[in-house]
Amino acid sequence: MTEYIYLAVLFPLIGFLINGLFGRLIKNEKIVGGIGAGMVGLAFLVVVFSFFETLGLPADQRSRIIKWFTWIKAGGIDAAFSYQVDQLSLTMSLIVTGVGFIIHVYSIGYMHGDKGFWRFFAYMNLFIVAMMNLVLADNFVLLFLGWEGVGLCSYLLIGFYYDRKFEKGTVADASKKAFVVNRIGDFGFLVAMFFVFYYFKSLNFSEVLPLVAGSGIEPWIFEAIAIFLFIGATGKSAQIPLFVWLPDAMAGPTPVSALIHAATMVTAGVYLVARTSVIFAMAPTAMMVVAIIGLFTALFAATIGLVQNDIKKVLAYSTVSQLGYMFLALGMGAFSAGIFHVMTHAFFKALLFLGAGSVIHGMHEEQDIRNYGGLKKYMPKTYLTFAIAAVAISGIPPLSGFFSKDEILWMAYANGGLFFWIIGAITALMTAFYMFRLLSLTFEGKERFDHHRVHPHESPNIMVIPLIVLAVLSVIGGFIGLPKVFVGEHGNLFEVWLAPIFKDATRKLSTGNIHSHLEEYLLMATSVVGAVASIMLARHIYLRKPEIATSISESFKGVYKTLLNKYFVDEFYQKVIITPLVKLSDSVLFKFTDAKIIDGAVNGTAKVIDFASGYARKFQTGVTQFYAVIMMIAITGTLFWIILSF
Amino acid sequence: MIPLEYYLILSAFMFVTGVAGVLTRRNAIVVFMSIELMLNSANLTFVAYSSFFGDVIGQLFVFFVMAVAAAEVAIGLAIIIAIFRNKVTINIDEINILKW
Repeated sequence: MTEYIYLAVLFPLIGFLINGLFGRLIKNEKIVGGIGAGMVGLAFLVVVFSFFETLGLPADQRSRIIKWFTWIKAGGIDAAFSYQVDQLSLTMSLIVTGVGFIIHVYSIGYMHGDKGFWRFFAYMNLFIVAMMNLVLADNFVLLFLGWEGVGLCSYLLIGFYYDRKFEKGTVADASKKAFVVNRIGDFGFLVAMFFVFYYFKSLNFSEVLPLVAGSGIEPWIFEAIAIFLFIGATGKSAQIPLFVWLPDAMAGPTPVSALIHAATMVTAGVYLVARTSVIFAMAPTAMMVVAIIGLFTALFAATIGLVQNDIKKVLAYSTVSQLGYMFLALGMGAFSAGIFHVMTHAFFKALLFLGAGSVIHGMHEEQDIRNYGGLKKYMPKTYLTFAIAAVAISGIPPLSGFFSKDEILWMAYANGGLFFWIIGAITALMTAFYMFRLLSLTFEGKERFDHHRVHPHESPNIMVIPLIVLAVLSVIGGFIGLPKVFVGEHGNLFEVWLAPIFKDATRKLSTGNIHSHLEEYLLMATSVVGAVASIMLARHIYLRKPEIATSISESFKGVYKTLLNKYFVDEFYQKVIITPLVKLSDSVLFKFTDAKIIDGAVNGTAKVIDFASGYARKFQTGVTQFYAVIMMIAITGTLFWIILSF
Repeated sequence: MIPLEYYLILSAFMFVTGVAGVLTRRNAIVVFMSIELMLNSANLTFVAYSSFFGDVIGQLFVFFVMAVAAAEVAIGLAIIIAIFRNKVTINIDEINILKW
């Protein structure tokens, strides 16, 4: 089945074409939704078969390249639609198509009755096509195609309700912002690609990556490539300083937030760094940058998440924070731990978003958690699954979040030191706190909504069943990556599975630090106790003593304001970058370069011609004999010239 | 036998007369006749050279020129009639509206 891996791209493409071209005519939501979800389901089956086939092979034969067709062949570039099927790309493909399929099914219920129903499924299928190209690509160019493709679909889907208002502007502004910020990151990716091509004369992973370790190229080149790749990753994966688009991306429909802005697209940056891990391994400074950016993004976003009042905003900052965790893992050289967190995060964060969608659906588009409360009575299944996800993300064993987060924290301690562990652990405590703040304010306590206007109700089965599936995955997903301290060197199935991909990088990075098991148990116990404590604290404050929250926000007004306004980062960018740029564009580029130079050149040419022709056209007198005279003179002159030149 | 030069001189004289007529006369019909004169001077040259070189192609060419001239006259006269119907004049000085 592995030879037919391209079917996993082809099926969603067919779905996109059918729904995109004929969806408006089909109208029937069952058919449109069935095609949309069914095609992704088929892609998932293809990936599952390929996965089991690959699993049956010995570890050193699991990496294969399946060429589909030649795409660009010019000079030294041979960019084909050619897919690298190995442990890493299969893992990502399983997440993309698996979680993607679940979310597609959910969307059939969520998008019911929307006038853009067919458009939604067309975009979603196109997204799966682009994302599969991204994770399966065997060269930088095809990866970039997928990279831009997911950016496009993200733009289209954030702007799905293009005619609605969103915060201070419109939904269209939010989608534009996402696109522009992503472009800034893409610039970094492109520069990195140019570097790679200049020094390696190839853009194929199979030709570049094995050469990296023994290439003898100066180290600063690798630092540059790694930093520029990471700039690309910060754009797509919403890290400091380019994270500002992700919270605004919540303007899109909730299933989009779940699929694109939580489970898959935003992890593309993590995937990129993991795929090129060997380059990063050669660039210690870049690794440190990745780790520190990841660490501070995690902390920074978590603090903002503490005070947000929009249910989707809390989840958005939580996503930024968790992505920071993944980059922390990558920066610490724990590549498989990073990918492991990508997977568990895809389960529980998609579940949280879908749960939030279910709440929003049941509450008639209300998103402010201050207007919720006591919903568990009305939507018990949503409550239960949401609670499971909240426990998972808080890092309570034995749910999946615990294993992946603990692995990252442990690697941060082992490879980075106590500083990284402390900041990471504080972030984990905050995560537990804001998740349970969200859970308490939404589902428990007093009912704060208007009973005459809002009638909360449980969502239909087509939405609830995906929630249950994801909840099961969130519970059991962690068991494939049990900590080594529990099960021995080869007991962590996930790490053993991915090890061949990262073997070059890990060999280069191995520090030889030995830590005792006692330390690991101690840190693990500390973080679990801390998480439980902050859960209890959140429940105590928001269920029994809401006045504590008010008094804290009163007494630390400045801090509270800063957090509520997201550290004024948007305002800062507006003031320091956007406004000067707009002014510069207006005064120099528009009023001078465009109006004076370009328009001046065009209008000047026209003026010169107009002036000259004012005289030249006088020759056209209308008097026939005048023309005849001129003709006569010219012919006579020509004749004389010919005769005389003999 | 009349030498070639005589024909050529006559032909040149006819041609110059034609040119002078085209450039100076106002009446469109007369201009037209002058053009015919120029065409016929060319015909005369063709025939003279044809006889001088003993090559019939020159004479053959004259028939083409005559045929084209006949066609041209038919169209030209038709145009002149059309103009006359509109402007009640065939003085080409007054027919000068196609200008800047």
